[in-house]
Amino acid sequence: MSITAYDRVKTARDIRRPTAANYIRSMFLDFIELHGDRSYADDRAIMGGIARIGDMPVTVIGIEKGQNTKDRILHSFGAPNPEGYRKALRLMKQAEKFHRPVVCFVDTSGAYCGIGAEERGQGQAIAENLMEMMTLKTPVISLVIGEGGSGGALALSVANKVWMMENAIYSVISPEGCASILWKDADRAAEAADVLKLTAQDSLYNGIIDEVISEENLGTEAFYFALRDKIEMTLRELSAMTMEELLDQRYEHFRKIGRPLV
Amino acid sequence: MGIMKFLRPKNELESGGRSSLPEQQAPSEPDITCPNCHKTILISKLRASYGTCTCGHHFRMSARNRLSFMADEGSFTELFTDVKNTDPLEFPGYKGKLEATQRSSKEAEGVICGTAEINKYKCCLFIMEPAFMMGSMGTVVGEKITRLFEYATEHRLPVVGFTVSGGARMQEGLFSLMQMAKTSGAVKRHSDAGLLYVTVLTDPTTGGVTASFAMEGDIILAEPGATVGFAGARVIEQTTRKSLPKGFQTAEFMLEHGFVDAIVARPSQKKVIAAILRMHKEGK
Ligand SMILES: [Zn+2]
Repeated sequence: MSITAYDRVKTARDIRRPTAANYIRSMFLDFIELHGDRSYADDRAIMGGIARIGDMPVTVIGIEKGQNTKDRILHSFGAPNPEGYRKALRLMKQAEKFHRPVVCFVDTSGAYCGIGAEERGQGQAIAENLMEMMTLKTPVISLVIGEGGSGGALALSVANKVWMMENAIYSVISPEGCASILWKDADRAAEAADVLKLTAQDSLYNGIIDEVISEENLGTEAFYFALRDKIEMTLRELSAMTMEELLDQRYEHFRKIGRPLV
Repeated sequence: MGIMKFLRPKNELESGGRSSLPEQQAPSEPDITCPNCHKTILISKLRASYGTCTCGHHFRMSARNRLSFMADEGSFTELFTDVKNTDPLEFPGYKGKLEATQRSSKEAEGVICGTAEINKYKCCLFIMEPAFMMGSMGTVVGEKITRLFEYATEHRLPVVGFTVSGGARMQEGLFSLMQMAKTSGAVKRHSDAGLLYVTVLTDPTTGGVTASFAMEGDIILAEPGATVGFAGARVIEQTTRKSLPKGFQTAEFMLEHGFVDAIVARPSQKKVIAAILRMHKEGK
């Protein structure tokens, strides 16, 4: 029996799945977490800092859902507030200054939905990240490891290479939300998941992402070892490009999406 | 005054487009009830006051109507009308909905773009269309706005943009979401070239448009009372189970929290935008 889109949705949301913190701590050396947006607060839904991959210093940023129920509340279930996106941007600017590449791990059902988030400019924070990431003068890789929920996920995914895990999803709206708008029935989420083309395989086919990462041995040492090698190799390739090539490549990745064929 | 009477002329004003009145005038002049002060206003009077009531309420306005008073007469050259929708996901019911919307709105898509003069100052201009699926952003809207910024960068022109949007266009899935990054990239290149971008947020500006080009202007203006926000108010209420503060997600709320430069009523907009363009004029 083949795996349905909604099976992938359930897998992507599975709380036993490795979170950004697992990826960061398993693949990078000397990770030092850096906190705060220097303006309002430290948003625990986003974790970021500096680390090494082999000899190469990198900035790593991940949307962290938390490891257990208590932890998940602390991390707002991986729904970032504006200060989270601003912290991420601060760390990316720091990476640019010190010529370090940036690696982002994306896993969110969406940006935090609340009164405070609106008061502090959720829309503006995401918009600024989209703009600034497009011209960040250092290589950027983004990997969607679980849920790629709409603008809240895109705000860390304007990258030279956008990858998705085999069972990750990436969507403009949750299948439940889509079903309730389309058919006034959230129970038809499985059908909605199908029509939204939100799987990694669909995203690759549609030219939205560059690669699907196999989940064979997910979470094991061998898995992280292979992925780390892949990240390191790709960062070296991107670092060999001229700045103009690097920025044009990133711009073109998004520029071509939805450009009508002549 | 019944709800139908309110809705009928409202639709005509919002989707009718051209500024001329329909030819076959009813014996009694058509009117509309202001949802704010509940007074009855003649449609002809409303047009003379740029679609605003004496109480200050701003009615939604079609892109063509807005164009007719923003751009100097005969100065507008529309661009990129060849960008056509492709229904990239073959989404159920979308093709039919698009065609019906094209018929009712008399527009091909959710935004009109072009070059124009505003009190003789040349600029690139985009105006989003509320009657076209509430200005939702799909690939055509994203592509046209991206092309406009690329054109403006190439020709060293400022961009003035009027936003109205319910957010991303669900029926185009990720193709729609990616337009946020694509347009933002084009805005950034325009900005890095030292060029001016002025946005005017009109009712409603929400979702993916707020989280991209609406909030990326050098100067961000808003119309009085316009709904401006990211997440939908109802969704916030449902998830947080808190009642929302009065005036939540209005232009005034955004001004108070520091996300809008100024609120400008529609009758003053042309003058204010022209003054801004004048202060950013290149050369001499
Ligand atoms: Zn009134």
